[in-house]
Amino acid sequence: MIPFEYLRAGDPAEAVAAVAGRPGAAFLGGGTNLVDHMKLGVAGPDLLVDVSRLPLDRVEETAGGLRIGAAVRNSDLAAHPLVRERYPVLARALLSGASGQLRNVATTAGNLLQRTRCPYFQDVTTPCNKRVPGSGCSAAGGYTRYHAILGASEHCVATHPSDMAVAMVALDAVVAVLGPGGARTLPLAELYRLPGDAPQRDTVLEHGDLIIAVELPHLPFARRSAYRKVRDRASFSFALVSVAAALDLDGGLVRDVRLALGGVAHKPWRATRAEAELRGGPATEDAFRRAAEAELAAARPLPGNAFKVAMTRNAVVATLRALAEEGR
Amino acid sequence: MRVNVHVNGEPMVADDVWEGESLLYVLRERLGLPGAKNACEQGECGSCTVYLDGITVCACLVAAGQAEGREVVTVEGLSEGRARRRGGAHDRNPRPDPDADGVAGPRLDRLDEVQRCFVEAGAVQCGFCTPGLVVQAHSLIASASRVPEDAEIREALAGNLCRCTGYEKILDAVRLAAARVHARAAAEDARTVPGGADD
Ligand SMILES: Cc1cc2nc3c(=O)[nH]c(=O)nc-3n(C[C@H](O)[C@H](O)[C@H](O)COP(=O)(O)OP(=O)(O)OC[C@H]3O[C@@H](n4cnc5c(N)ncnc54)[C@H](O)[C@@H]3O)c2cc1C
Ligand code: SF4
Ligand code: FES
Ligand code: FES
Repeated sequence: MIPFEYLRAGDPAEAVAAVAGRPGAAFLGGGTNLVDHMKLGVAGPDLLVDVSRLPLDRVEETAGGLRIGAAVRNSDLAAHPLVRERYPVLARALLSGASGQLRNVATTAGNLLQRTRCPYFQDVTTPCNKRVPGSGCSAAGGYTRYHAILGASEHCVATHPSDMAVAMVALDAVVAVLGPGGARTLPLAELYRLPGDAPQRDTVLEHGDLIIAVELPHLPFARRSAYRKVRDRASFSFALVSVAAALDLDGGLVRDVRLALGGVAHKPWRATRAEAELRGGPATEDAFRRAAEAELAAARPLPGNAFKVAMTRNAVVATLRALAEEGR
Repeated sequence: MRVNVHVNGEPMVADDVWEGESLLYVLRERLGLPGAKNACEQGECGSCTVYLDGITVCACLVAAGQAEGREVVTVEGLSEGRARRRGGAHDRNPRPDPDADGVAGPRLDRLDEVQRCFVEAGAVQCGFCTPGLVVQAHSLIASASRVPEDAEIREALAGNLCRCTGYEKILDAVRLAAARVHARAAAEDARTVPGGADD
């Protein structure tokens, strides 16, 4: 680790000014990702601005929706009665991630901005375009079991590891940001980037942009929603693939649906094609499969993860089928 | 940097702490509390589990500065019954008798119920995972309103790895501790509720 300073910000504006004014500065949430990366040498901030104790730790009710402060802990969010009631997909996604000890510390913003678990990204002795732009991608021809099948580029095939973000993307979450130039909001789905030729940038945020909240819109049918995570062991493991879904049925027809995929791309993947395929159609297993296949038509699996295409399709079908049965 | 932190009920000060140090390092190397173990240092094994302001965390991933002004309870503190749950309520685990024999340091009869059950159930082999498991199991039992089911125990302990025991004896220990703690709490409730057993 390289020497650095530590500052506890008193309010969001002070935090933004402190980071914006220093190129090597970084915000610190719970630290479960950043402290790890500092030990590994993956990150080397010279100033840590602790934002975990800013007064951004509340979950507030909005018109039918929720506003989740950036510093709300993952465990508190998962246990929140309104989250469990209105957005069960989010509670389940949170509880499927990491361990109790880590969820107790991890913050909402930190979870969104956690970095890929690509083993080469975390190993400073190997080339990685995300860590050192232009150095090459060690995953090409290497270990790709946890890597992308959608939206990757020749420069990077990493996946975004967050479970929570997949549920939030399915729920049309909006992110509130305070930056050096003022406050703004943007859809969470637009926060994340595909790697293209700049895999070092996970998101569209600029240096000094502080996430202050995540807003979940009113979505009554999300009361019937689910998260399914397929992994190498039953607990405490990142997703090979995951599915977040909410289903609104009108008799045997799909009136509306929200579908997002995890473990398949550089960002939580909103399955808009599958959604379009499903809307207005029958809520049958066949239709679910066709929709999943429509989404996965663009899949470009790697030598180490070809199994993920069928696995994703099956996980989508199983998730939607369970939701449809719940409604009968 | 100076870090002020309450550990096991006592105010403690660590000086010359480097900003990059973890809370785990401060506890082990500066405050003389080697109970929490350093194994993976990456949040993966849970050996470093301690209470921070009443919730369990991996101390290896908490930067020392983040602990400033906060309350830490380590496995050493459990034997003196100092773990407090968030919200200030005392946990429901039984307190050992403070003036049992004036002997300093943990003895079997001064241990917390969870610690005692780990010994009784034979849930300790090399012992490296034990302090973290004890703290995490303590938190599970103290926060549950009933004896947790096996699936709940497994999920609560999912972040604690053990390379020796195969976990079965650990589960035995946690079941035993949970049953005893809750039986005792139920008996206490019956005594204090009007119309209860001893009324
Ligand atoms: C062993 C292990 C297993 C895990 N398993 C899973 C899993 O299965 N599923 C899963 O989803 N996650 C998993 N995680 C990851 C975990 O969820 C993240 O580490 C955690 O959510 C990060 O939150 P944090 O608050 O600790 O972030 P930090 O480490 O504090 O920060 C992460 C990043 O966000 C930035 N940041 C923090 N707050 C803000 C803000 N308000 N505005 C702008 N930038 C900010 C930081 O600068 C940093 O770049 C695992 C982690 C570990 C260590
Ligand atoms: S896949 Fe991305 S993160 Fe992994 S080695 Fe290649 S460039 Fe780096
Ligand atoms: S040493 Fe902290 S989790 Fe392994
Ligand atoms: S007893 Fe050896 S690691 Fe658990």
